[in-house]
Amino acid sequence: MIDRPSGSVIIRRTASLLVSLVQLFALYVLFFGQYGPGGGFVAGVMIAASLIFGLLVFGEDSATSQRATRLLAGDGVGLLLFVAVGGLCLIGGGEFLNYSEAPIPGLDSAARRYLGILMTQIGVAMDVAVAAVSIVFSLSRSVATEETDA
Amino acid sequence: MTYSFELPLLALLILTAGGAIIVKELISAVLILGAYSFFLALVWAWLGAADVAFVEAVVGAGLATVFFLLTLSQTSPEDTRIRRPPPPIIAVIALPLLGLLLLYAANDLPAFGDPGAPASVHVSPHYIENSLADTRTPNVVTSVLMDYRVLDTLIETVVVFTSGIACWLLLRRDTE
Repeated sequence: MIDRPSGSVIIRRTASLLVSLVQLFALYVLFFGQYGPGGGFVAGVMIAASLIFGLLVFGEDSATSQRATRLLAGDGVGLLLFVAVGGLCLIGGGEFLNYSEAPIPGLDSAARRYLGILMTQIGVAMDVAVAAVSIVFSLSRSVATEETDA
Repeated sequence: MTYSFELPLLALLILTAGGAIIVKELISAVLILGAYSFFLALVWAWLGAADVAFVEAVVGAGLATVFFLLTLSQTSPEDTRIRRPPPPIIAVIALPLLGLLLLYAANDLPAFGDPGAPASVHVSPHYIENSLADTRTPNVVTSVLMDYRVLDTLIETVVVFTSGIACWLLLRRDTE
């Protein structure tokens, strides 16, 4: 399904506008999650949705899809970032994921916790985005190989 | 309390849920399921749970629909069972009884928004009062998810990661 680019001009123009807009909105949701609804999980799904949209419209060889493929190499980086923040707190002498003990000089406890929330949200967003795009690749790759087998 | 907005939404929820089960064509069922998720997101928004509504709209109506459609593209797009077997007689009798039992038990639940409800008097006041001073995060949902209860979120992230890995392991084909 994803190896065939769409031929319609309307769909291609709309997609080229919409993909970047959705990604911009996803970043807004990610960094505004501490002040309004949203957060890492939704932002990750929206980034994944924009990449999947590009995949479906432009096919597997387009720039968006190359970006998605390169993203897959970072499988687990988001989770690693999440756990690394927790490990940093351990190094600072606190409990695992107790952000107020993270060894960041020049910040008080509340600011450290603010920063910890932000970093873990970025980790969750990366993890969710990679997982969603990888599931789409798994689902559609088997289609492509099945069609060549037949 | 008026139900001018609640009852039509509930009717639409039941209608779409039933329609997704009954309809023969699986692509229609998937799209009806997306509509169901959208109405559910409206219900969450109406209850004041903006974060949950956001997730429901993005994941339920968006991502899950794409997953279903991609799966359908390599299986049959139609429900090929000639005849659906009728439900067993014990289910026909027991399930309405279970529903009645649940409705009876729902009488004992605290009213919606009751400040004296057990869920509202345990740790919630502490989170609501201290979130801004502790973490500089006005959105209490985010501070509970990512700070006070962050270990739960870590395990959820591990679950998402595992699902991606499992799909890759199960669906990969050796191209050589």
